Amino acid sequence: MADQALRKAPLAGRHGGSAGARVTPAAAATRLSLRAGEDAIGTLSLAFGLELPRRPKTSASVSGRHALWLGPDEWLLIDENGTDLMGIASGVSALHSATDVSHRNTAILVSGPDAAGAIASACPLDLGNTIFPVGAAARTVLGKIEIVLFRSGEEDYRVECWRSFSPYAFGLLAEGAEDAGL
Amino acid sequence: MLLIYCPYCEEERSELEFRHGGDAHIARPTNIADITDEEFQDYFFLRDNPKGLIFERWRHIHGCGRFFNAARDTVSDKFVMSYKAGEPKPNLSGEPTATEKTVETYEATEGTAK
Ligand SMILES: [Zn+2]
Repeated sequence: MADQALRKAPLAGRHGGSAGARVTPAAAATRLSLRAGEDAIGTLSLAFGLELPRRPKTSASVSGRHALWLGPDEWLLIDENGTDLMGIASGVSALHSATDVSHRNTAILVSGPDAAGAIASACPLDLGNTIFPVGAAARTVLGKIEIVLFRSGEEDYRVECWRSFSPYAFGLLAEGAEDAGL
Repeated sequence: MLLIYCPYCEEERSELEFRHGGDAHIARPTNIADITDEEFQDYFFLRDNPKGLIFERWRHIHGCGRFFNAARDTVSDKFVMSYKAGEPKPNLSGEPTATEKTVETYEATEGTAK
């Protein structure tokens, strides 16, 4: 057998949560940290096939590809199908900055009727239905680390964090899931 | 938990997402090479540290990442208002400032707590 480096997902094999909130590592995805001024938004939206959101705490999603608003000129793009987002960005001549952060981040999925409660155990963001509806996204904190939180469904949240912090995030969320079910 | 209004996110967010950035509206002298050491010291190091209303830079570092300015009462820790970076310093001279009496501290309430 040839010597081959095997890629191991940072949270491989982990599982946790409770009956009310399941906590699972998300599948691998490609990710882009995208910065661009107002004049490049149109061109970039066309290239990525979704309208880059301009309002705080909003997102746009088209078949497994998501663009999350992080700041007035900053987005996190996630493609669950693993499409080469850098390849798309490199074809855009409008001034922008794109950095591949596919392996910097990993994600944890929290779902179930107690999902919001599990996240709120360590996150100060208001997760109420009117202020954080389905499709809402924000960079915030979870315990002592920074995360990007995305509400992908009525009872489904995606927690994006840096991979070296992911065991910490996973542990906190698993604890929160147990507490939220009490 | 202290909530701070971010003018870019257009809502109040937890203080845990913010970082303090020192006094606001400090203008860098345009003739920086000509000024004396004392004048440089005044500009670079010396701050008023007022008791009451102060204008400060804050950064929503774990949110939108933006720097903005805020007027805060150093006695009560109340944020009077916040506004985007680059906007002029608002005139808040009519704003009432807090006194020690208006601030509830642990020491003040400890004696009466039953
Ligand atoms: Zn903000």
